[in-house]
Amino acid sequence: MYDDFFGFHAAALRVRSTRNELLARNLAHADTPGYQARDIDFREALADANASASARLMRTHSEHLPANGESPTGTTVKYRVPMQPSVDGNTVEADIEQAEFAENIVQYRASLHFINGKIRTMRHAISGER
Amino acid sequence: MATLKVFDIAGSGMAAQAVRLNTTASNIANAGSVAGSPDEAYRAKQPLFRTVLDAAGNPASAAVRVDGIVESNAPALALHQPSHPQADADGNVWVSNVNAIEEMVNMLSASRSYRNNVEVLQTSRELLLQTLSLGS
Repeated sequence: MYDDFFGFHAAALRVRSTRNELLARNLAHADTPGYQARDIDFREALADANASASARLMRTHSEHLPANGESPTGTTVKYRVPMQPSVDGNTVEADIEQAEFAENIVQYRASLHFINGKIRTMRHAISGER
Repeated sequence: MATLKVFDIAGSGMAAQAVRLNTTASNIANAGSVAGSPDEAYRAKQPLFRTVLDAAGNPASAAVRVDGIVESNAPALALHQPSHPQADADGNVWVSNVNAIEEMVNMLSASRSYRNNVEVLQTSRELLLQTLSLGS
């Protein structure tokens, strides 16, 4: 019932949290030689998260190998195309990652706000008009 | 819990950058050190960063690890100072091969990266706290 109630926003929050982790990872690896920045396509990831469980591969045991490039939420992780790749093969561009991180945080807050609104609505309904 | 991995990742980034700051500090401090022979002269040190995946091979979480410290193999500079107590038979002392400009740039880059990680950590922490207080 709760999944239906929060619907879209719960899935969005999960995807945003995964993306936050990825962007944090990119920023942490800003100086690691050969590291390639990764990100997810939010639209695609959300469609995946909303798809019925039967439509995607599920890992039913912790020892199972993940499908190639697949994160726990079933999202395909892609590589970022750098604008100015550096000599050591690192494709992290700190300014771009920071901008994406900031955007992701705002979107995460928005999702939290919507979920909070839904909870408040439900509380009003339960407690009556007070 | 998946979200808490942000702390591990940003933490490992900070630790790696701190090692880099330490080596830079040691290089700058030893920029003027002299020795009696080219082999004994101080050599600039640099940390080597590497990506480590967690046991499950999860692409969303990979920490930074310092793989080791490498020493620069640029030649030590000979300085003719016959009156120096450490001078060799030819009257030379050997100065460390630290390049002060390179070290300054290294320090700036390391401190910026460190700050980035701190920022990520703070923001993620704040978001997590807000998520915990959902519905209140």
